[in-house]
Amino acid sequence: MFSNPDLQKLVFGRLTWDAIPLHDPILIVTFIGVVLGGTALLGAITYFRFWGVLWREWFTSVDHKKIGIMYIILALVMLLRGFSDALLMRSQQAIAFGANEGYLPPHHYDQIFTAHGVIMIFFVAMPLVTGLMNYVVPLQIGARDVAFPFLNNFSFWMTVSGAATVMVSLFVGEFARTGWLAMPPLSGAEYSPGVGVDYYIWALQIAGIGTLLSGINLIATIIKMRAPGMTMMKMPIFVWSALCTNVLIVAAFPILTAVLALLSMDRYVGTHFFTNDLGGNPMMYVNLIWIWGHPEVYILILPAFGVFSEIVSTYSSKRLFGYASMVYALVVITILAYLVWLHHFFTMGSGASVNSFFGITTMIISIPTGAKIFNWLFTMYRGRIRFEVPMLWTLGFMVTFVIGGMTGVLLAVPPADFVLHNSLFLVAHFHNVIIGGVLFGMFAGITYWYPKAFGYKLDPFWGKVSFWFWLSGFYVAFMPLYLLGLMGVTRRLNRIEDPSLQVWFVIAGLGAVLILFGILSFMMTLFVSYRRREELRDVSGDPWHGRTLEWSTSSPPPDYNFAFTPVIHDYDAWWDMKRRGYERPREGYRSIHMPKNTGTGVILGALSTVFSFAVIWYMWPLAALAITGIVVVAIVHTFNYNRDTTIPAETVVSVEAQHTRMLAAAQA
Amino acid sequence: MATQADATADREEALRFYETEDHPHAPATLIGFWLYLMSDCLIFAVLFATHAVVGRNYAAGPSPADLFDLKLVALNTAMLLFSSITYGFAMLEMAKERRGATLLWLAVTGLFGIAFVALELYEFSHLIHEGATPQRSAFLSSFFVLVGTHGLHVSVGIVWLAVLMVQVAQRGLQEDNKRRLMCLSMFWHFLDVIWIGVFSFVYLMGTLR
Repeated sequence: MFSNPDLQKLVFGRLTWDAIPLHDPILIVTFIGVVLGGTALLGAITYFRFWGVLWREWFTSVDHKKIGIMYIILALVMLLRGFSDALLMRSQQAIAFGANEGYLPPHHYDQIFTAHGVIMIFFVAMPLVTGLMNYVVPLQIGARDVAFPFLNNFSFWMTVSGAATVMVSLFVGEFARTGWLAMPPLSGAEYSPGVGVDYYIWALQIAGIGTLLSGINLIATIIKMRAPGMTMMKMPIFVWSALCTNVLIVAAFPILTAVLALLSMDRYVGTHFFTNDLGGNPMMYVNLIWIWGHPEVYILILPAFGVFSEIVSTYSSKRLFGYASMVYALVVITILAYLVWLHHFFTMGSGASVNSFFGITTMIISIPTGAKIFNWLFTMYRGRIRFEVPMLWTLGFMVTFVIGGMTGVLLAVPPADFVLHNSLFLVAHFHNVIIGGVLFGMFAGITYWYPKAFGYKLDPFWGKVSFWFWLSGFYVAFMPLYLLGLMGVTRRLNRIEDPSLQVWFVIAGLGAVLILFGILSFMMTLFVSYRRREELRDVSGDPWHGRTLEWSTSSPPPDYNFAFTPVIHDYDAWWDMKRRGYERPREGYRSIHMPKNTGTGVILGALSTVFSFAVIWYMWPLAALAITGIVVVAIVHTFNYNRDTTIPAETVVSVEAQHTRMLAAAQA
Repeated sequence: MATQADATADREEALRFYETEDHPHAPATLIGFWLYLMSDCLIFAVLFATHAVVGRNYAAGPSPADLFDLKLVALNTAMLLFSSITYGFAMLEMAKERRGATLLWLAVTGLFGIAFVALELYEFSHLIHEGATPQRSAFLSSFFVLVGTHGLHVSVGIVWLAVLMVQVAQRGLQEDNKRRLMCLSMFWHFLDVIWIGVFSFVYLMGTLR
């Protein structure tokens, strides 16, 4: 590009045309698909003149409800990417036996399993969990927004920036070939000199800032913004699970930030934290990353537990059995989450005493978890159970998660772990708890709160189709992996010698196809429900005979959530209000103070993406420019003191009158 | 009869399901910022833990006793501790609504902060000049990163202080600015506490062993 190679190196760093993977037909076809799809999408937005609405009402919005929905959209888009990786791996493993090399060479296969893990955890499961908490928590505690609305918008765009960085690695350069935790010395500069690990580091660092800030935001919201009367032990159980999860986030993500920063020092500056020579200690990395990594799995599962608790209670038309024990179980799991990290590397030579300690603490976690399972069962016992779609996900979860939990306890026994470590048994175990726990929970939650968010229910037929495909697909895909693991097959292999094992991989591949149908039926659910939205309309705001405050307002809720701040007298506040003959107020509305929308979050997110791209490719002048931009934009933002706006009383009156008319029409 | 009246009052109380008046929530900024500080504290915890693990891996290179000039570090520590006292004076003046005096003490705090960072940079350049670079051994890697991360925090604090001084000068000691000064105050004292850890565990105990 430049005639002077020094100048080219200064501006473009190590980025050259070779970084574009023109030699790889899979990537070229994907790239063409993404370009065509992207162009069609952008064209449609332009054609229907949606840009203004998108920018004003969504991208710059500080409304927790819209941010929550955007998180979930991000997660569903990234689910498609992460699942494509899964299909590639399953098909490769189904054919690559003996002399057949399959179609994915090792360097490509290694990137795929790394990207699959990173995307599914950080950019699917995390945004689903954060999105659901964002949407539901303020409504359940009777608040009008989160404690720091702008910070919420900023956190979201940092997560998007991280996701964008991972996506760019698909077409420019490569992704890490190290596995989803990038253990050194393999991930160090000596053994991974390319840009792959740098993409990994910067994507996680930027998304991690977003996650940490949203964790702080939600803790402050739950502590400070509950409606009057809502003491801690009257909070809905989902709010409790959100509180525990966010405590875990704030106490775990800084460790990830720090350990990745140390790894980047090793890679960029040439320090010796985790190198083999000059005093470095790779085991330090392994310990630190799992001190973050183990709480991370509870960060994902606790909100799912919260969702199931709400759903079981609502569809059994009963108070949750053992509310207090549920709360204590959540808190105990939160604490124990920090005392088990070493079970991820029993084989790494800590010795029998240390292994026993961590084996026992791990087994203890099954006690509060088991208590929760029994509480859900006792809630259903003698309840009037309605088998709506969210309840099906919950039942599917209870059966599947118990199996995953038991294989987990099996792995917690150090001698057994020495046999099963790094085998497909482990892979089956964590997919068992993450799909059967987190993903089922999130689908249950989405189906449950969808009418609240959009004003119409999801079509139950396609919802059931999706559920049965997911459930059966999960068992067909992962039960063979348990067997293979017991037979000694290790993970992360792109080719296997023994042809007698092929049949199990073919079955697992068929399971992945069933899950594909599950995902397609879920998309079909969204489409069909939108088409039938008038039939499925929820005019009451309370389509499931709910128990908590979010069902006391209209569907979708007004911008300000509640015209009057609710006062709480009992756990299951809305149920209590209905039982005691609550009358909705019809007059006396006042103007409401709300935070103003701002574009700063989008701008900072975009600059962060530029910064991470520049640093990954050693484009130092661009990186300096981007970081200067970030600092200047942030400082300029603080000079804006006028951040609130007022919704006039007349607007509140007309919005509430609309809701009154709908309620009257529903009763007529 | 009194009990009956109380019971009626209780029942009326129980039937109130919403607030007719608007009750603004207690501001959450201070607890939010405090939570952020605790997360930052964990970052330092990781760096201290790493120093505890690799801090004696000299790789046949220089050890703390060869490198550290405790007099310089004592001077440096004094600068930071003084800056904490002067920040405290600024907050006292803020409580008395005296804008000029607040700004003056903030300026003094900033100068102490700049002196601290300058001394640290001098120490770093001196070490690097002697060949004790971060690349030399795991001990030096962890020393530079731990102390440097603290220094980076102080530098960010100085920039923040400057921005806040402009804002106080422009808009006076109004609510938002007071809250921001409180946040920076917590940040500044937090860095002081971290430095005491650095001084004790990295410099003093490093030199002793």
